[in-house]
Amino acid sequence: MAEKIKNEQKLSFGFNFRSAIPIGALIITLLTEILIPNNQEAKYRELTNFRSVLFFALIISVILFTITLFYKNFRSKYSHKGWFIGGFILFFNILNVVTVKFLLLPQIYFPSLNRVLNVYIEDRQFLLKCMGSSFSLLIEGLIFGTVVGVFTGILVGWSLNWNYWLYPIIRILGPIPSSTWIPLALVLFPTPRWAAVFLIAFGVWFQITILTSSGIQSVKKSYFEVSSTMGATNLQNLFHIAIPDALPSIFLGFFNATCSSFVALMAAEMLGVKAGIGWYINWQKEMISYPNVYAGLVIIAVFCYLFITLQFKVRDKLLGWQKGVIKW
Amino acid sequence: MVAAKLTKQREGMGNITARDIGKEFIRPDGKRTIALSNLNVDIKAGEFICLIGPSGCGKSTFLRLIAGLSKPTFGEIRLDNQLIKGPGYERGLVFQDSTLFPWLNIYDNIAYGLKIRRVFKQHKQDVNEFIRLVGLAGFEKAYPHQLSGGMAQRASLARALVSNPKILLLDEPLGALDAFTRMNMQDEILRIWKERDTTMLMVTHDVDEAIYLSDRVFVMTPRPAKIEEIIEVNSGRGENRGRQRDSGDFLRLRSKILQILDFTGKTPPPEYYL
Ligand SMILES: Nc1ncnc2c1ncn2[C@@H]1O[C@H](COP(=O)(O)OP(=O)(O)OP(=O)(O)O)[C@@H](O)[C@H]1O
Ligand SMILES: [Mg+2]
Repeated sequence: MAEKIKNEQKLSFGFNFRSAIPIGALIITLLTEILIPNNQEAKYRELTNFRSVLFFALIISVILFTITLFYKNFRSKYSHKGWFIGGFILFFNILNVVTVKFLLLPQIYFPSLNRVLNVYIEDRQFLLKCMGSSFSLLIEGLIFGTVVGVFTGILVGWSLNWNYWLYPIIRILGPIPSSTWIPLALVLFPTPRWAAVFLIAFGVWFQITILTSSGIQSVKKSYFEVSSTMGATNLQNLFHIAIPDALPSIFLGFFNATCSSFVALMAAEMLGVKAGIGWYINWQKEMISYPNVYAGLVIIAVFCYLFITLQFKVRDKLLGWQKGVIKW
Repeated sequence: MVAAKLTKQREGMGNITARDIGKEFIRPDGKRTIALSNLNVDIKAGEFICLIGPSGCGKSTFLRLIAGLSKPTFGEIRLDNQLIKGPGYERGLVFQDSTLFPWLNIYDNIAYGLKIRRVFKQHKQDVNEFIRLVGLAGFEKAYPHQLSGGMAQRASLARALVSNPKILLLDEPLGALDAFTRMNMQDEILRIWKERDTTMLMVTHDVDEAIYLSDRVFVMTPRPAKIEEIIEVNSGRGENRGRQRDSGDFLRLRSKILQILDFTGKTPPPEYYL
């Protein structure tokens, strides 16, 4: 029916034991942390960051659990994730035991969770600056790459002439890894920062071009035909038929592009920039300071995750019509 | 009366003349398929024609030629003495299978042609009327994938009608409907036709439907694809028209058409044995 099914937050009491799994996992982890003493030979064995985080997480999980008792929608979502969150916490428990408790792995490469967490306290200011720098680099690269990519994708997908000349070139240039372009980019662009933006934009451009053009080329011919019999011109067919129908494909291209742009970020930040998460990781790796390397990697991972989640939300809003057509 | 509200802006024309039409397709293996050959057809403005014939005899091909979606290999087709060079909104086409745009809801699908031609504001009322007419009121916000096959076909019909074309080309528009809805839609099509003077060219596999609706039935036969016989069925647009499904005339015409199909096609598809 055309009637809207609203996702109302219904107030109704209920209990699902899966909502309590995170609490259980946290208690086990906390007990392990408190009852087993840190190994005598572990460096920085007096740090208690992990313990503090666990306490904090425990409070949050208790609050969330309380909410699930009252709200049906939240209960079903949260309890569904219960096992996953629990497993996730226990994984850290194992990491903690393997590293600082029993020193089963070499300390240089596998620092304790406490030390990784400590990076966020000590390098707080600097990491924030790096995040800001990376973020603006990434966004600029994504925007340039996407705009140019959608444009060339449409040209190649729509016009036979453009396709004839451009498509082979795109096919040749596209798969070349970003870092290969570094020397050329440095010569072509006035500042290293521009060169860095170019490196990110290039990968994005390729992904978006390919998926935009293939999306446009795979529009059913009959859609154009109906549209024409209703009086549409060629240009109207492009904007009202080809592009809307190719939008899911364009979004897929954007998703791929986002992932590859995080890889390109590492290469881009080798170019004379003075801050940035990728740069930070490279630098700390050379210093053989692995707690900092891991801290940087976690930031990138969380960043990427949030970014893609946001993207999916936008897609769901824009492409609701697709839901019944394909599985996602 | 619903149709009184519908805008009449079209000049009452819509003559089709097709001369010595031939259509050949080149198959991937290089051989040629002759879909149509030496076809001569005259359709007067305002006429209701049904095209009937076995599967693969070139009915859709002929409709596509008139719509301007493909060009005849030989001969020429004219609409009101104008050579048909490409598609245009004065020749509406309802495809054999639903071609609703999946990214637009039903309302926007039906309003599409009007919006494209920037005449939506003047004809807003028509959109609602046709949605009601085809029984889709309440489904305006639904997307095509949420409709049944029959509902989608009715939406396609409304989408073609709302542009008020001179000639409406219908490729089995009622094929997916149940018998009851089908009869209702036949009456609606007849009524719209009477109101608007649209020239109608409709492909159908249903002999009864052809006799019930049309002025003339073109019976096509395959290999060589041609119009075997033209049968005058109805005339005039009086109230009586279309109300004689069990009359002697009706049955006589039916057996005549079935006979032509039976004798000419070597193995007619089972759908003609009623
Ligand atoms: N694009 C095409 N390329 C090659 N052959 C085609 C093409 N379109 C149609 N044909 C051939 O032309 C002939 C007529 O096809 P058409 O679709 O007009 O049949 P039809 O009378 O509409 O049949 P049905 O009742 O099954 O819809 C068939 O033999 C078909 O194989
Ligand atoms: Mg057909």
